Amino acid sequence: MSKVKEFVNRNTRQYGMIIALLIIMIFFGIITEGKIIWPRNISMLVRQNAYVLILAIGMMFCILTGGNIDLSVGSLVALVSAMSGMMTTTLGLPPWLSIIIGILTGLLAGIWQGFWIAFVKVPPFITTLAGMLVFRGLNNIILNGKTLPLSGLYVTIGTGSVPDIAPNTFRDFLHIGNLLNLQNPPKFLNGTMLIVGFVLSVIYVLFMFLSRQRKKKRGYEVAPLPMVIIKAALIFIVINIFSYWLAMDEGLPIMLILVAILFVTYSFIATKTILGRHLYAMGGNAKAAELSGVNTKKMMFLAYANMGFLSSIAAIVTAGRMMAASPNVGVNFEMDAIGSCFIGGASAYGGVGTIWGAIVGAFIMGVMNNGMSIIGLNVFLQSVAKGLVVLFAVAFDMYSKSKSRFC
Amino acid sequence: MSEYILQMENITKKFPGVTALSNVSFKVKKGEIHALVGENGAGKSTLMNVLSGIHPYGSYEGDIIYKGTECKFKNIRDSEGMGIAIIHQELALSPFLTIAENIFIGNERAKCGIINWDETNKAAVQLMKRVGIRERYDAQVKNIGVGKQQLVEIAKALSKNCELLILDEPTAALNDEDSDHLLELLKTLNKESGMTCIMISHKLHEVIKVANSITILRDGKTIETLDNSESVSEDRIIKDMVGRELTDRFPEHTPNIGDIGFEIKDWTVHDPLNEERRIVKNANMNFRKGEIVGVYGLMGSGRTELAMSVFGKAYGSKICGTLIKEGKEITLNNIQQAISNGLAYVTEDRKTAGLVHIQDIKWNITLSNLKQITKGFVVNEDEEIIIGKEYREKFNIKSTSVFQKVGNLSGGNQQKVVLSKWIFSSPDVLILDEPTRGIDVGAKYEIYKIILQLAQEGKCVIMISSELPEILGITDRLYIMNEGRVVGEMKTSEATPEDIMSTIINSSAGR
Repeated sequence: MSKVKEFVNRNTRQYGMIIALLIIMIFFGIITEGKIIWPRNISMLVRQNAYVLILAIGMMFCILTGGNIDLSVGSLVALVSAMSGMMTTTLGLPPWLSIIIGILTGLLAGIWQGFWIAFVKVPPFITTLAGMLVFRGLNNIILNGKTLPLSGLYVTIGTGSVPDIAPNTFRDFLHIGNLLNLQNPPKFLNGTMLIVGFVLSVIYVLFMFLSRQRKKKRGYEVAPLPMVIIKAALIFIVINIFSYWLAMDEGLPIMLILVAILFVTYSFIATKTILGRHLYAMGGNAKAAELSGVNTKKMMFLAYANMGFLSSIAAIVTAGRMMAASPNVGVNFEMDAIGSCFIGGASAYGGVGTIWGAIVGAFIMGVMNNGMSIIGLNVFLQSVAKGLVVLFAVAFDMYSKSKSRFC
Repeated sequence: MSEYILQMENITKKFPGVTALSNVSFKVKKGEIHALVGENGAGKSTLMNVLSGIHPYGSYEGDIIYKGTECKFKNIRDSEGMGIAIIHQELALSPFLTIAENIFIGNERAKCGIINWDETNKAAVQLMKRVGIRERYDAQVKNIGVGKQQLVEIAKALSKNCELLILDEPTAALNDEDSDHLLELLKTLNKESGMTCIMISHKLHEVIKVANSITILRDGKTIETLDNSESVSEDRIIKDMVGRELTDRFPEHTPNIGDIGFEIKDWTVHDPLNEERRIVKNANMNFRKGEIVGVYGLMGSGRTELAMSVFGKAYGSKICGTLIKEGKEITLNNIQQAISNGLAYVTEDRKTAGLVHIQDIKWNITLSNLKQITKGFVVNEDEEIIIGKEYREKFNIKSTSVFQKVGNLSGGNQQKVVLSKWIFSSPDVLILDEPTRGIDVGAKYEIYKIILQLAQEGKCVIMISSELPEILGITDRLYIMNEGRVVGEMKTSEATPEDIMSTIINSSAGR
């Protein structure tokens, strides 16, 4: 039993954030009379916040290096969408090619900032503040203040769903539609979403047990079996409920696939690779990391170059959802991303924080956005509420750290 | 009123795991220059920190009687209010402010929070004249030399009407000319205004030149106070400083020494901030496999700078010289190269540069050799746990488990984690910089055992230390450094503390 206790202790922080998300969902669930968990709203939550999720992943890496942030991402989103939009609308390039050009633009901008930060040692705050002005300006030069309409591949990425491979097959067998009192409950569920969700959850659970077995065989320490069973059951249920909900709406959004791939990839980098280790080491104690052989310059460069890359992905997604490249897109995006990371448990001094936390943080922001919009709260008050949540999240972090201070 | 301006009685100060001062008594007569000498770690600075309120009342035992009244200083402001000023080794000046601004910092010539600059500058000019700074009052402090910066500190103390001035190693960073000027100034101030001075110093010839009394501390205890009216000999002081028995504080060992494994040739390093200043001057050293070589020197002798510059140029600028490993010349331009060439450097600054405190034991141990446990792209965290457990057991790291954050370990156990980290990177040349600093006696013994074991495995072990007994107790051969130079080399079996100290002192004097 003490083993279980130790295991829980080691992972409390992660669970704390999920509990916070659940409490916020329940809170808004009550005051919106359940509207917030309508399938439509859940689907919107994912689609509207995909850009925050993508940016928060990149921002987490920057914050991990030592509490450094990137202020330029909103402007860079604007620059990339303008660049890419111009390529296809004005120059007539095929959308796939102009999307690639857009991504290269973002990567180049990231490399530019990474160079100044890592090798010239211009503080990230200053470099990205400059980037914020420069990229916004370039967007306006390219667009000349006009909005370019986009179509085709952009819109598919931004709003599309994967085609239903089994239409009219699954009825709403759990009668969720009636349960939620939907005005027009769907007759049939989206087959693709249901099947994909189920298959993925089964694969994940199998993988958990197989890797536990393999570890045991090689004599490694493993988590206690009851813990693994509980965890597996919870993950299985959560994935399937989530996919059931999306299946009641339009099915599997292409955006969700994109976000899922990025999430898995970056989580892997952060937790399983040497690169990730070095990132955490640097944020935890830059001097010690350097003396242990961590190339801190390289890490700094990579974090900001990568932020440029992910900004460009966010740009394409946003442009697609708006079906346009416009001069004022991306305003305050950086704030959403930074806020998500800090709500999600990142330390303002670096070295602490997870990709998973950034995602949960982004969802907390998203649920608050949606919830407050549904109850028709004034936008200015919404802004006040979001700001206070970020402040209190970090204040809580500081407080808990000062209590467990090492001497 | 007694003849003593200051009486510190039975002062005991404990840090977690270490007793820095035990029952120290220290008396200073009014109007004298009193020198406080002792080895590094003898407790001199701690004693002065107790006096000036940096270690507040309640954190130590014993009484401080200053000018006849018992004092309970809670912070440095309290002691300053009583006319006690302390000048630390690391100067507390703000480099971008002017001399005048620095003199009156925290003590501004102001009314209702508005500074009267005319008054400030006028007073500054007077004080500067008194201490002998020939500069404009509005020169930025970063642009004047270290010697003059030291004088600005004294002017600052004078501006606060200080009656008891404490100087911690005032001449350590100064050249001879500046040192002489400073010492003359102290004498003059002492004569003219009757200011009492406490001076901590390693430079015994200076001590003998200016001090009226000399108190010697060793291992946190007062040894004796000498009257310097008829000059005391340096030998007498040295004997007091180092004279302690060296019985079984060190594990037995029989060295098994092989060929030369690592050599440093004509190694010169410049200060990264001031490229004119040479920190290490033309050092030549060699290290044999299985041999523990000590590098001894006082603070500021360039030991750490030498080690760090060798370790992938982690310190210094304009580094020149040759490194030879196993008979082959190697170039180490960064720390990654140093590690992959089999070097390891255990930093003296464990707290700020040794460990990632927010991470756990196993995580820290594998940090500098993650490749070892990585397959493809994946760091094998299960293997990491096993390695963590292995080292935790092997070196007796006292902790709840390998998942304990290193920030919560005691100093000795943290050091074992640092050593584990470097041993896991399986180096051929291991540089240990003050490996037992701030560690209690029991843990020290265990760390010595680890060091001896490493030598037995045929590694070149280089041990930098400012604790003489440790150097004499554990090394096979030793180099002595002073002022950036290698000034002596001896077999440990033939070395005596007196030899070593006088080698250093002669090299300073004969420069």
